[in-house]
Amino acid sequence: MSGLIGPEGGPAPGATGVRFGFFTDSSICIGCKACEVACKEWNGVPDHPLDFTANSYDNTGTLGANAWRHVAFVEQGTTTSGRGGNGPGAGAADFRWLMSSDVCKHCSSPACLEVCPTGALFTTEFGTVVVQDDVCNGCGYCVTACPFGVIERRESDGGAWKCTMCYDRMRGAREPACAQACPTDSIQFGPLDELRVRASARLAEVVAAGEERAQLYGHDQTDGVGGTGALFLLLDDPEVYRLPPDPVTPTRRLARMWAMAGAAAGALAALLAGSLAGGTGGGRHR
Amino acid sequence: MGDPSPVSAGSLRTYYGQPVLKQPEWTWEVPWYLFTGGLAGASTGLAWGARTTGRPGLAATSRLIGATAAAVSPVLLVMDLGRPQRFINMLRVFKPTSAMSMGSWLLSAFVPAALSSGVLGATGRLPRTQRLAEGAAAVLGLPMCTYTAVLLADSSIPVWHEARHHLPFVFAGSAAAGAGAVATLLAPAAEVPPARRLAVAGAVGELVAAEVMKHRLGRLADPYHQGGAGRWARAATACTASGATLLTLPGRPRGERRSPGMSVGASLGAALVLAGGICQRWAVFRAGFASAADPRYTVGPQRERRRAQAG
Repeated sequence: MSGLIGPEGGPAPGATGVRFGFFTDSSICIGCKACEVACKEWNGVPDHPLDFTANSYDNTGTLGANAWRHVAFVEQGTTTSGRGGNGPGAGAADFRWLMSSDVCKHCSSPACLEVCPTGALFTTEFGTVVVQDDVCNGCGYCVTACPFGVIERRESDGGAWKCTMCYDRMRGAREPACAQACPTDSIQFGPLDELRVRASARLAEVVAAGEERAQLYGHDQTDGVGGTGALFLLLDDPEVYRLPPDPVTPTRRLARMWAMAGAAAGALAALLAGSLAGGTGGGRHR
Repeated sequence: MGDPSPVSAGSLRTYYGQPVLKQPEWTWEVPWYLFTGGLAGASTGLAWGARTTGRPGLAATSRLIGATAAAVSPVLLVMDLGRPQRFINMLRVFKPTSAMSMGSWLLSAFVPAALSSGVLGATGRLPRTQRLAEGAAAVLGLPMCTYTAVLLADSSIPVWHEARHHLPFVFAGSAAAGAGAVATLLAPAAEVPPARRLAVAGAVGELVAAEVMKHRLGRLADPYHQGGAGRWARAATACTASGATLLTLPGRPRGERRSPGMSVGASLGAALVLAGGICQRWAVFRAGFASAADPRYTVGPQRERRRAQAG
């Protein structure tokens, strides 16, 4: 354990300026949804109507304004039909569950923050990305910008909401509610540098154990979002869990976009000039 | 991303076919703003150009069109906010990484200029201030027409983001066409020819830019060919093309005394070009929703990139 973590599992006093994050190890997720419940309880996230999606055990649906943790359930392979009862391993030779608790990625170059016109979104002293609800005017620009489809406007109050990595708890030297509630330590909280090392080591173990498709997500700091503050160990490709395989922060290309808009404005000026050329209109009658 | 293959499903895997991205939160005010902002921006440019080339009638008309469209624009934007009472927070920061922040500042300079130019021009008061405002509105009007393309393109929605090099030209053409068309309908007949030329040139530009955009988008452009956005896109092409054609026909003057020089065909053509521009904005707007709704548009090209990187 590093000196950056205090006795309550949160950032130790004086650990400001250190980037903290999550490491979600999906290989040991049991799909209990304790993270979803703890998050809702602590953050006062509104309830949303219970809806049976028929998508395995996923009845939460998606991350959004009212769901800051979301456990994905994927059933792969086939069960042998009819026989075998309900006992452990019954008819499960080529069947497996994939479960993974998804969350805001707290990107290194966060699109939501970059496009926010009010400055409501900011980077905290822990390197996390948080919305200041008393500043947000509900323009919705962050919603179109996020390459992960995480942030969303809340219907009841018109503001944008997402995971804060329990900013209030972190300031109180406690770990985020989801990480504390997770019974298997599938969700780990800590200084990002340490988590990155731990994630690499864990990947090596999991691959050695025979999970050939296992991979880290958000770990590559040269990817389109500069790496993420929430790392994942996945047992299959990201899109299987509804994660974009190669997300890009759209603002990375903004300079070129402004250049094109400038060129188009120039073209418009040329159209105006061309239309008005051809003699003055004064006294000219056709 | 001009490659037409990325979205050809087949091996693509998704999470129960659910979207990766969120639908935009924006409502009907936004496509109308795309239209009014472009109309206002190009009209103020036309007003300045008409005055400096000795066409006072066309200048007066365009000035008023510009002022009216400029007055409507911020109202639409404020209405679209989730918390309209906090619209002023838009001016809390000056943020070049946010097209919406830059647009808010641009609008805060453009609207007063266009309004004072219009009001002073109509009342004949403070002529020097009026000319100053008119010049400012004309200059600011140009980016008013195209920054909205950056607003949409700087998003994760494939049909908007991957059109980032072409969308500004679609909007510029559409803005020119709209300003020319309204002036064709309302300006004194003797000074209509430049407006008519602008409407035709803008319409052609809009059509060409939109076709190039769709071609370069490849399969990502599918929303422009199907469903609600497809209907708007087809209507846009039909209206703009037929309107521009009518405007280029010589046409016979209608009831010489009422409107000398203006033909029924030209009026109809201008109205069609105007309608085409409105449909174009709605097509682009609705295409974004369709593009966000289908995970194949998001996952397909990204998976292709990963494969290419892997070698």
